[in-house]
Amino acid sequence: MLNIAKIKNGIVIDHIKAGQGIRIFNWLGLGKAHYPVAFVVNASSEHMERKDIIKIDNVISIDFAVLGLIDPNITVNIIENEVITEKIRLKLPERVEGVLLCRNPRCVTSTEKYATQVFHLADEEKGAYRCEYCDETRTTEDFR
Amino acid sequence: MLTGRHLIEPRDFSVAEMEELFVLAERIEAEGKSWKDACRGSVLATLFFEPSTRTRLSFEAAMLRLGGSCLGFAEPGSSSAAKGESLADTVRTVGCYADAIVMRNPKEGAALLASRFSGVPVVNAGDGGHHHPTQTLTDLLTIRRLRGSLENLTVGFCGDLKFGRTVHSLAKGLSRYNGNKFIFVSPKELGVPEYITRGVLAKEGVEYQETDRLEKVIGDLDILYMTRVQKERFFNEEDYVRLKDSYILDAEKLTRAKPDLAVLHPLPRVNEISMEVDADPRAAYFKQAKYGMYARMALLASILGVA
Repeated sequence: MLNIAKIKNGIVIDHIKAGQGIRIFNWLGLGKAHYPVAFVVNASSEHMERKDIIKIDNVISIDFAVLGLIDPNITVNIIENEVITEKIRLKLPERVEGVLLCRNPRCVTSTEKYATQVFHLADEEKGAYRCEYCDETRTTEDFR
Repeated sequence: MLTGRHLIEPRDFSVAEMEELFVLAERIEAEGKSWKDACRGSVLATLFFEPSTRTRLSFEAAMLRLGGSCLGFAEPGSSSAAKGESLADTVRTVGCYADAIVMRNPKEGAALLASRFSGVPVVNAGDGGHHHPTQTLTDLLTIRRLRGSLENLTVGFCGDLKFGRTVHSLAKGLSRYNGNKFIFVSPKELGVPEYITRGVLAKEGVEYQETDRLEKVIGDLDILYMTRVQKERFFNEEDYVRLKDSYILDAEKLTRAKPDLAVLHPLPRVNEISMEVDADPRAAYFKQAKYGMYARMALLASILGVA
């Protein structure tokens, strides 16, 4: 069993689907962090068999909407003085701005690059998002 | 109040606002010349980044009959877009010269983007294979005039239902009225997109079916909406050639239809309706073109605040 010291003030991103942790690690730019970060892959999990975990010993700002888009099953624990003060359950955001890119070559965003890409949740079960401009659907699988 | 409003997709206006427009269009049709000065002094910009004869002429005729003036371009080659200007800059500039903008653009969502930068109302005259709300206004007005109601109709859509923006817009428009049922007739490759079937109709409990045989369902229809397989929507010429003659309505097929069926077509037609059908009283597509002008007159008068 791998033991990692408790963090004092920071964030634990838990229940990440095994193999997905690296995407979140990279998205948060943790490779360049100047504070302690633990990145655990393939940890044992009662419910998931294997999972990835990221422990960040620093208070950083995270866009939970985007994190939810990467994996809505992730849990985020906020740690203060070594105690969990808040557990955040993620869900798919209703609206996503500037994260998903529309792949429809006929979409106006393919030529008018200044247009901010906006997607709206169309089907929560399928993780489907609809481009605000052309209605083309993308799923969160495309993002993962 | 529709003054100053954009029209980007058919549902931008409520059912009550649409009703206002239909009543106004019928008034304009009945009162004719008394509307000839309603928009005097107003200027309409028609920005057609994609060739169009019918829609552009219909808008220009509507504005001229209201006493207003028109300016614009009919193809992208003569626009500043050819020099690389952004759509945002084009509409901001044109909005300095005109009181309203009518725009057709091959890119889906172009009208929505334009409306976010424009200081004057933007009317979507077609954005790629996406929406064409004033055709929907036209189609709804035509159905209302011919059938007396927009409810409890079985409406067949036939031809290119994938890229046919008029189909998407009309299906969304009609789904807001009670008791309508849709039958989509197309080859599999040109089927109606999921964002219409699953995204709109299924969600709202609207009954629909999909088939590839017109003969099987034509007898059930109150309205038959024919569309052209559009060459400009295909990336691949071979696919276009293979599918272009998929469905042709002729006098023989019409023998199976109800006597009060109304056949609509957004025009231009190529060969998907045989010319022999034109003499049939059920052929309503030229009346539809006329109603289209009245619908656009009502729209322009409303958004310009003179209705």
